[in-house]
Amino acid sequence: MTNVPPLVSARGITVTYQRKSLQWVGPKRQPLQALRGVDLDIMNGEVLALVGESGSGKSTLARVLVRAIEASAGTVAFQGTDITHLDGEALRGIRRHFQVVFQDPFGSLNPRLSIGAAIAEPLIVHKIATGEALRKRVAECLAMVGLEPSLASLRPHEFSGGQRQRICIARAIACKPQLIVADEALSALDPSLRDRMIDLFQDLKDRFALTYLFISHDLGVVQRISDRVAVMYLGRVVEIGSTKEIYRHPRHPYTQALMAAVPVPDPVAERRRRYASLPGEPPSPANPPPGCPFHPRCARAIDRCRTAAPLLTEAAATHQVACHLPD
Amino acid sequence: MSAPLIDIQGLSISLRTRDGLKRVVSDVSFTVAPGEALGIVGESGSGKTLSMLSLLQLLPPGAVAHAHRALYDGRDLLGQSRLQMSGIRGREIAFVFQDSLTALNPVITIGRQITEVLRLHFSLSAADAQQRTAELLAKVGIPDPSLRMRQYPHEFSGGMRQRVCIAMALAGEPRILIADEPTTALDVTVQAEIVNLIQQLQRDSGLTVIWVTHDLALLARIADRVIVMYGGRVMEDAAARDLFEAPRHPYAAALLSSVRHDAAPRVPATLAAAQAVSAPAAAGCPFTPRCPEAHDRCRSSAPPLLNVADGTRVACWARDRAPPGSVAS
Amino acid sequence: MDFWRLLFRAPQARNGLIMLAFVVGAALAAPWLAPFSPMHVDPGARLLPPLTPAAESASTYFLGTDSVGRDVLSRLLYGARLSLTVGMLAVLLSTAFGTMVGALSGYFGGWIDDFSAWLIDVQLSFPFLLLALFLLGALGGGTAAVVLILALGTWVNYARIVRAQILSIKNQGYVEAARVTGAGAPRVLFVHVLPNTLSPICVVASFSMAQAILTEAGLSFLGVGLDPSTPSWGTMLNDGRDYLLNAWWIAAMPGLAIGFTVLGVTLLGEGLRDLLDASGPR
Repeated sequence: MTNVPPLVSARGITVTYQRKSLQWVGPKRQPLQALRGVDLDIMNGEVLALVGESGSGKSTLARVLVRAIEASAGTVAFQGTDITHLDGEALRGIRRHFQVVFQDPFGSLNPRLSIGAAIAEPLIVHKIATGEALRKRVAECLAMVGLEPSLASLRPHEFSGGQRQRICIARAIACKPQLIVADEALSALDPSLRDRMIDLFQDLKDRFALTYLFISHDLGVVQRISDRVAVMYLGRVVEIGSTKEIYRHPRHPYTQALMAAVPVPDPVAERRRRYASLPGEPPSPANPPPGCPFHPRCARAIDRCRTAAPLLTEAAATHQVACHLPD
Repeated sequence: MSAPLIDIQGLSISLRTRDGLKRVVSDVSFTVAPGEALGIVGESGSGKTLSMLSLLQLLPPGAVAHAHRALYDGRDLLGQSRLQMSGIRGREIAFVFQDSLTALNPVITIGRQITEVLRLHFSLSAADAQQRTAELLAKVGIPDPSLRMRQYPHEFSGGMRQRVCIAMALAGEPRILIADEPTTALDVTVQAEIVNLIQQLQRDSGLTVIWVTHDLALLARIADRVIVMYGGRVMEDAAARDLFEAPRHPYAAALLSSVRHDAAPRVPATLAAAQAVSAPAAAGCPFTPRCPEAHDRCRSSAPPLLNVADGTRVACWARDRAPPGSVAS
Repeated sequence: MDFWRLLFRAPQARNGLIMLAFVVGAALAAPWLAPFSPMHVDPGARLLPPLTPAAESASTYFLGTDSVGRDVLSRLLYGARLSLTVGMLAVLLSTAFGTMVGALSGYFGGWIDDFSAWLIDVQLSFPFLLLALFLLGALGGGTAAVVLILALGTWVNYARIVRAQILSIKNQGYVEAARVTGAGAPRVLFVHVLPNTLSPICVVASFSMAQAILTEAGLSFLGVGLDPSTPSWGTMLNDGRDYLLNAWWIAAMPGLAIGFTVLGVTLLGEGLRDLLDASGPR
């Protein structure tokens, strides 16, 4: 472990949603635990991927890190400063350092604003530029994502999905942030576009020394783009390590199941693979099992798994697993 | 070689738009043998869903479909009357949609939705229908079928709901199941479960499956044959093994290379504003703007789908005579 | 700009716009178009039928005269000004107030929402006519009072529509994107949320204007609206009520004028709706 402080540091993040009871009397509904005591560090200049399925809490965690939603407990620090309880002007000032690219290229852009105005938004909000300087910067951002600057006056509906996502990326880099959170940014795009987008992400990262938090359920994309991977399940990080390590030797049974479930584009190999199915259903965060969250579906579960939730422990250099019986 | 169960030749579909009739599917041809698993891969706008819907006469109003041949078991699908069609839908050819939530009626229990299908196609008493419904739900892997039969769609998770839709599709004991992106909205582990389920059903009852998707890698797992569609046309039609080993059409090659996340050369980026893939250039090959091997002939006339090897057909002026091309050029 | 072009292309909207433009133009040009003063009383020229030439001046009573000898056409033209003004002001007022209430309750929720829901319920529990009569009695009639009453009658519609729109827009991706970028609530509300609620507001506003004109006419007809001597279509209807059998034109002309205007506004509103639904956001 180097001594360089992380860019973003989260400790003990817990997010609990209280759900309103549907009736006047009777039992209260169970609160929904989206995240349970998550610790995470994002190092400067890396691409950290958050991988998990629905209910894993990966999107929630990302939103907590950028203060889009409030954690019920825990702290978030940015460049060493605690930003958990910042408000108003201070919070706005911090926000220019991290931006988000969302999943839906169609919903992320205001249909009534020209794309130039959309890209200018962060610049206006943070009072970075006005007038001619503003226009120039918008044109620069468009060019950087591979779009003609003359298109700035057009509205989002005149662009294709892939182009809209590029516009969202242009908006994200407009105020020169340090961290970009890509929340399933490629999932809504056609497969043949994804590679180009990955190249664009890489290119921007190299040019501007960006740090990425990359949320995705697509293990292939994650392998291509990320330096480290954190696997999440039911509100906890169950495995985290360098991408190479995780893909070469996944240790947590859930990670192993996840990797096994992804189809490989080789019919011969696929016929040979026997996918041992994951029994049971993906869990509901409203009713988390006691102990290890994965134990009801785990082939290796022992008694201890039912009672004590495992903590992240080091299995190898740059590789941590939360399991009582890691591989 | 037994007669194909589905035999489509020259299928074209046009949609009525504000600017007149627009051709969205051109000259699509393929066959499906009994018990085979056919995969149709293409991006949004490739026409894959419309092509399938046309087989069951489920196109939106204002859409027109013609074909030289559109046969199911020797019967002309496009020429069937409404009455005849209702005897085919669900009973001979069943459809599973992508979004299981909207495919199910939210205010009717899933048990009743399935018994409705059963009593429509078979004259069963209410009790027998209930019994059969429970059997179907068990068959698709839903635990506690007699209990869950009385539940509503929103009480199921996405994966379970899709199983319910598959059960509904199987209720009519069809010979063919058309699955249109059934797992796109599901987690990857759930997707694997659904894939296993359908493969199991194929093994048990010889069900013929047509699987429509934009995920080429998925087809490596489940398809015997693969059809690659782009811009409303079939670009390549080959056995799965042959396609994945040596795709001939430039688009198929590019798609495969991106699915493999190769570092190899890919389709160059075009940066013009607002180009819709679903608007095929009037006469030419729709892939021309993105094709690294395009030449003038590609712009002026669309290449026909020709046999280039045993069991492989390609629609490309550049590749129809070349030996099996590799991904790197 | 392309919005106006599309508007002109749609036949319905275009016709509506033309009709409305005609009425507004006639109202604006009243001083030049009206052959007589609308207030000029001439007991010797009472109840003259349309197209009767005038005694002293060279012109004609094109639409006849009323019970005190005033020229119906002139009164119609000047009356248009009042009726249209009242209609437009009422709509503006109710739109502004209703949108504000709806926006605040939709966007912020909480006690603001609860309070405005209560306010709306209180308002709606009063039958409109009762409210109108009470307020007119209290305020003593006059143009301002009528405008206020008309606005009070319709703001609730806007509040509800805007609130519902905002509830659904609030969760759109671009709103979250704006917040994450650091935009404050006012900016999010005015730049992102409100502009996207415009389309239903525009449509309801145009329909409301039609309704306002009719209601004003109705109130005046009942004798509780504007001052009877000021020319407005409603007061003209009121005047003509007693003479329906022998001097039908006194009431029929304003009636036709109202019908024509309302038709124009309604066509425009329908055209707007078709337009904004089709080519608007997505």
